[in-house]
Amino acid sequence: MHRTVFKSRWLPYVLVAPQMAVTVLFFFWPALKSLQLSLYRVSPFGDKSTFTGLDNFTKLLSDPAYYASVVNSVLFSGSVTVLAVLAALVLAGLATQKIRGLAIYRTLLLWPYGIAPAVAGIIFLFIFHPSYGILPYFLSFVTDYQFNWLLKSWVAMTLVIVATAWTHLGYNIAFYIAGLLAIPTSVIEAADVDGAGPIRRFVSIVFPLVSPITFYLVVLNMVFAFFESFGVIDAVTKGGPGQSTEILVYKLYRDGFIGLNLGSSGAQSVILMAMVITLTVLQFRFAEKKVTYR
Amino acid sequence: MSETKTSRRPAVIALLLVAGLLLVPAAPAFAKTEIQFWHAMTGQLNDAVNALVKQFNDSQTEYEVKPLQKGNYAEALTAAIAAYRQRQAPNIVQVFEVGTQTMMLSGAILPVYQLMKEQEIAMDWKDFIAPVVGYYSKDGNLYSMPFNSSTPILFYNKDEFQKAGLDPTKPPQTWKQVEEYSKKLIASGASKCGFSTGWPSWVQIENMHALHDQPFATKHNGFDGLDVELLINREFGVKHMAQLVAWQKENVFSYGGRRGDADPKFLSGECAMYMQSSSLIGGFTKGASFKWATGQLPHYGAPYKRATSIIGGATLWVMKGKPANENRGTARFLKFISDTNQQMWWHVTTGYLAISNSAVKNLEAGYHFKKNPDQYTAFAQLTKGTATPNSQGLRLGNFVQIRDVIEAEMENVFAGKKTAKQGLDDAVAKSNELLKEFAAANKQ
Repeated sequence: MHRTVFKSRWLPYVLVAPQMAVTVLFFFWPALKSLQLSLYRVSPFGDKSTFTGLDNFTKLLSDPAYYASVVNSVLFSGSVTVLAVLAALVLAGLATQKIRGLAIYRTLLLWPYGIAPAVAGIIFLFIFHPSYGILPYFLSFVTDYQFNWLLKSWVAMTLVIVATAWTHLGYNIAFYIAGLLAIPTSVIEAADVDGAGPIRRFVSIVFPLVSPITFYLVVLNMVFAFFESFGVIDAVTKGGPGQSTEILVYKLYRDGFIGLNLGSSGAQSVILMAMVITLTVLQFRFAEKKVTYR
Repeated sequence: MSETKTSRRPAVIALLLVAGLLLVPAAPAFAKTEIQFWHAMTGQLNDAVNALVKQFNDSQTEYEVKPLQKGNYAEALTAAIAAYRQRQAPNIVQVFEVGTQTMMLSGAILPVYQLMKEQEIAMDWKDFIAPVVGYYSKDGNLYSMPFNSSTPILFYNKDEFQKAGLDPTKPPQTWKQVEEYSKKLIASGASKCGFSTGWPSWVQIENMHALHDQPFATKHNGFDGLDVELLINREFGVKHMAQLVAWQKENVFSYGGRRGDADPKFLSGECAMYMQSSSLIGGFTKGASFKWATGQLPHYGAPYKRATSIIGGATLWVMKGKPANENRGTARFLKFISDTNQQMWWHVTTGYLAISNSAVKNLEAGYHFKKNPDQYTAFAQLTKGTATPNSQGLRLGNFVQIRDVIEAEMENVFAGKKTAKQGLDDAVAKSNELLKEFAAANKQ
């Protein structure tokens, strides 16, 4: 590896300073603030604030609604990750074939990523809403089945999972296309000569060779689903029906910003932070061993 | 040569822009006292707010009210709280009715009655409509200026009533009639469902309890103290909830989501009747492609008494700690918007209730209600029934979350996951936790 040596002792620190400033200002400081907030019971306007120790945490951890939200989050981000990564790999595989109009296909595949999550949510709403969605309307001509996710939890959950996965698809596809194109054709051709079919070639050669990308995308999608999926849920279900699509981030937002319970919301963000840190560390520790870097 | 010329031009433009920016602050020579007014009205309502503010600004020369749209209700409140903590609070902020208790105990506000007293502006509080003023008063003193108030009423599709052989001039008065009419409507093929509802907790739980003179919570619905518990899992609440579930099976009732999410069920003709805020009259006038009319909310009849319904909407809160001259402007603005003429204008323009009896009287005298009978329904429901402690409103802390809890449990019941009793029991248990927490946080 090439190592850069600076002549001045201070220059490297100066060069890192802006990034550090941003990190401290927008990450460490708010994180410390939430940690502090989580130990207090604060009135909305901040005029009354009582130190309550771990009260906010014990309350959360004895609340069945919180565990329901944890289960929702795991189900949600797990499904979003699997769906978004798998679909991206398949689509990227197709988009690296030698076909006519390749550039157009690739552009179209990357498009959804340019759509803001909230807008994506609204689009899905207009397609699937039981009262004014176009799909239930057409469905009503052929079947009596009520596509009512306002009352059917699993339909609501499926809907937000698909919508969220869709918004992130473009990003994953871009990475996979790059990864697939980087695989030397000679390797594939050699396997072909040895009599390996397309599936065998994919499983034994392509998949291991793109595994660093898969690993990166799994971590990223997981974190994305945990944190950034707020827009879709807010636009489509607002956590309902009941609390069946209330994932942790959404609960945090509702309790903190709508319910103005800042202490509990601070505690939730601390737990969430710990979860994501643990998740990422575990993934890098264990999953990375199975990843083949070239 | 030409290269240097073109490269210099942007620099000149930039210089001019900078010079222009420097000049701008010097422009307003006459310093009017500015009053910051944050609100959450969108679309046509935002236009109405701007028009109202303009009327005030044009009516005098000392003050200039600056309206600023700050997202939805929750966002406007959160923004005001953040600003208050930075000592940048607006003079006036619009807060929804569920935030009333939070605001009253915030320590951040100047009660409206006190502001008016300080500024020696005479107000005829007695002229205000009782259910409106009661919701926002403490010990008989008004804390925030009612701005946009509405109450749920019944909308019905006259065309479908006609098709089903029902009298399109007679809306159902009782729940029994609602059931009867719904079955006729469905049997005749006039509509797929009988009725739906907007704002499930507000309309079907909060207002139904008030209308039937049933307590929603202990301590006079929370008006008399902070150690409050909900009472919605008692005989009446469970009966009504179980009834809705039973009707759901026959399509007499169809659930369409929270807030106004069920509006399309009525507008598309799917449901022939719809219980929703009276402020939707304007929207339905524009949006419905059929003839419709309004009636009062249905009642179960004896043994329940009939009380008034309760209101919803938002009020204007005055933030404390502002200079005296700004408070003077705030007071004059609030006085202005509560005047009879502005109240009449506001009601006719937006469909929200006029808040003074004199405005209602003038509207009556001007045949406004004769010409627009649907605009009168809400007033009738609020003024003709008996006002009781159960119908004066709700004063609960953490009410935003409580409504959430109730609506989530209603959905669990409608989805068949829980019985009516179970769902309401759970809603009460969870809400009581939230109430306890609020009481603890506000004890000094």
